[in-house]
Amino acid sequence: MNLTLKIWRQKDSKAKGAVETYPISDISPDSSFLEMLDVLNESLVLKGIVPVAFDHDCREGICGMCSLYINGEAHGPDRKVTTCQLHMRMFKDGDTITIEPFRSAGFPVVKDLVVDRSAFDKIQQAGGYVSVNTSGNTQDANAIPIPKRDADMAFDAATCIGCGACVATCKNGSAMLFVSAKVSQFSLLPQGKVEADRRALNMVGKMDELGFGNCTNTGACEVECPKGISLDNIARMNSDFLKASIISEEK
Amino acid sequence: MSVLDSKVPEGPIKDKWTNHKNNIDVVNPANKRLIDVIVVGTGLAGGSAAASLAEMGYNVKAFCYQDSPRRAHSIAAQGGINAAKNYQNDGDSTYRLFYDTVKGGDYRSREANVYRLAEVSANIIDQCVAQGVPFARDYGGLLDNRSFGGVLVSRTFYAKGQTGQQLLLGAYSAMNRQINKGKIRMHNRHEMMDLVKVDGKARGIIARNLVTGEIERHSAHAVVIATGGYGNVFFLSTNAMGSNVSAAWKIHKKGAFFANPCYTQIHPTCIPRSGDDQAKLTLMSESLRNDGRIWVPGIKEDAIAIREGKKKAIDLPEEDRDYYLERRYPAFGNLVPRDVASRAAKERCDAGFGVNNTGEAVYLDFAAAIQRYGKTEASINGLNTEDEALVIKLGTAVIESKYGNLFQMYEKITDENPYVLPMKIYPAVHYTMGGVWVDYNLMTTVEGCYAAGEANFSEHGANRLGASALMQGLADGYFVLPYTIGNYLAKEIRTGEIPTELPEFAEAEAAVKKQIDFFINNNGTKTVDHFHRRLGKVMWDKVGMSRNAKGLNEAIAEIKQIREEFYKDVRVLGTADSLNPELEKAGRVADFLELGELFAKDALDRNESCGGHFREESVEVGGEQDGEALRDDVNYRYVAAWEYKGEPSDAVLHKEALEFNDIELKQRSYK
Repeated sequence: MNLTLKIWRQKDSKAKGAVETYPISDISPDSSFLEMLDVLNESLVLKGIVPVAFDHDCREGICGMCSLYINGEAHGPDRKVTTCQLHMRMFKDGDTITIEPFRSAGFPVVKDLVVDRSAFDKIQQAGGYVSVNTSGNTQDANAIPIPKRDADMAFDAATCIGCGACVATCKNGSAMLFVSAKVSQFSLLPQGKVEADRRALNMVGKMDELGFGNCTNTGACEVECPKGISLDNIARMNSDFLKASIISEEK
Repeated sequence: MSVLDSKVPEGPIKDKWTNHKNNIDVVNPANKRLIDVIVVGTGLAGGSAAASLAEMGYNVKAFCYQDSPRRAHSIAAQGGINAAKNYQNDGDSTYRLFYDTVKGGDYRSREANVYRLAEVSANIIDQCVAQGVPFARDYGGLLDNRSFGGVLVSRTFYAKGQTGQQLLLGAYSAMNRQINKGKIRMHNRHEMMDLVKVDGKARGIIARNLVTGEIERHSAHAVVIATGGYGNVFFLSTNAMGSNVSAAWKIHKKGAFFANPCYTQIHPTCIPRSGDDQAKLTLMSESLRNDGRIWVPGIKEDAIAIREGKKKAIDLPEEDRDYYLERRYPAFGNLVPRDVASRAAKERCDAGFGVNNTGEAVYLDFAAAIQRYGKTEASINGLNTEDEALVIKLGTAVIESKYGNLFQMYEKITDENPYVLPMKIYPAVHYTMGGVWVDYNLMTTVEGCYAAGEANFSEHGANRLGASALMQGLADGYFVLPYTIGNYLAKEIRTGEIPTELPEFAEAEAAVKKQIDFFINNNGTKTVDHFHRRLGKVMWDKVGMSRNAKGLNEAIAEIKQIREEFYKDVRVLGTADSLNPELEKAGRVADFLELGELFAKDALDRNESCGGHFREESVEVGGEQDGEALRDDVNYRYVAAWEYKGEPSDAVLHKEALEFNDIELKQRSYK
């Protein structure tokens, strides 16, 4: 395949960026999108051009490190995949592909296509845990049976990989899908239920403080989420949050 | 006597750990506040260690090269985690897990360490459930289990095909709790560049801030390396792109012996490679072998027709298929350990029976499982068990609920529907059993420097059983290291803060800066990946699944040659004071180019076949075991620990003899 790539280049967080155009040829449709960028980067090095910086690591769609806004969509045109699992067969020979970083007030650009998502860590640090020591001297793992349905729903929420596609996609730059996934996972399990009120208040508070926008229920985040995290989680978190704000002693 | 003291406690094996814990010095809480510990790496071992140490009261400084500790490559582990809970009432016990692990490792691990691992395994599950890890459950609300290769009981706990992710997020949440309290200072996007030793003790590290390029000095009373394995020395592996040997290699160069570097696990179920631009290989969880049957055509002409696209797998009738694992190993069938399954696949493909265009693939077929589950479901729901379409629909749904995300991943990569066509798989480099030598306390041969998880030479001997890596990582981090490190730190309560102005820090920092300047200014003509790819090819061809003396000697010479060319001709663009992924890669590949040679040297020294290390010179001849690996317990029952002396070729071998008092050494038969 022969393609034209339009890629956002930005030297560092303070520099003003711009789109650069690079033609690329002989790409196999079975290559992954990031392998295509690897090929580009090797060719740039040989030409003496500084290669394009982009985040990636596991290349199995699970670490959440890769990002990219491809032709106006987070993780590109395929559904339920991260950019590293996107394959070139989704494009046509001769296509022009625009590649930008995830853009949001909460995710400042570090360089080229790399953004700073440390705000997600800060939200998790505000309460995304069960307050239990790691002594191993807890009760037996089977002491509290958990209905399969609850366990499965908690698991589905827990599959969030923290990539930030939801934020990049949202016109408000809201992190509600991300935050609600963690809040839901714990509030669905008896181990996490105990602190549910406090957790919802603290995590939502931190999210607001870090400059993420509000949710206006457009549902765009759910469409672009590579792990299919459901909007139901947002509803569940809103109910937890409301309850905590009104009747809880934690407010 | 060997310079290596394993420090295995006295007494019967089942009491060693308990007695040892009772005798470990305890640091009083007020003093813990005066002690700093550096933890490099935030996977299962590093993350759990950092959280536990901080919770105990130490000041922890944690480092990871990723943009968040949650992204360490433990996250990609799919299948599950073993624990001797015996919830299934199938006769499991601490002893049986211990026995299976020692046997699975082909009797090349340290018995006392493995027993301790089996002993604490049950606590891991309790701990993780308490943290809110959403393991799979049955309709009674209790935890579900599955089987893995090399064992006959069902002791593997799992969370669909994302067990590593869920366990890592558990450790990450425990870390977050401590970060929130200010007990862990987390350094994301930082890479350890060197270890700093003062008066022979590990006292800190030099790290590079990967965003600003700043070279930083960090001091501590102890340094823990939990930076994973070095499978990327093969260029193509199932490891993450950034996975590297550098932290382990830097401490090796500062005096930590490197043990059994040749012990690599080639995992049997990976998606075969498709083209030359491929940058990594993707694992399909071994759990698939619970339900998938592995086969190739029994007739060579059929294999050729399939390779040429003239026939499809589903065109072949049952009698023309060779379920070679079931044929060769009737007792374990498709659930033989990984090393055995990998070699058997290579044997069939080398013999000309491979099924994709490269000739390097075998089938993993779910049709029988879909039928079996479909009939059961139809029967449970009172439906017609003879309705073929219905049975397939119901069976497919069961398979989807068990492995849905893996099947989706397979389809996205290969563009083939594995519910209809059998998967194609081939072995790929996955895990390294070798690593930094540690004693029973997980301390390396550098005082105050510890290694945990895959980074150490570990409890897996020459071959790791499935679902044991997660177990070992969390055991080391939650339940072993936090105790054993106390013995050392108890002597440090009067030391006071370690100043980073010491000349040792300045010296290490200067050496790091010198190497970075070298790369930036070298102005060669070839990319870092060019050299990495060449190294990987030599490793795979001559130091891969089966090895012989001739090939290994050639590999040693070729790697040395590539290393020389690398320093002459590598080109790294960009600057030292900014985010520069090429510069990061250059440093990592430089270390791989040294490790690769030691790896081959170690494989050459070990003239026996054991576990993942198969020497063509050491094979059973005749009888039932004809052609199987031949271990040599008389001459090679030792851990090979290498001491750095400059060039890899000058490394000095130290042997830790392995004693087996509680397990009888047997031939590892899965027939």
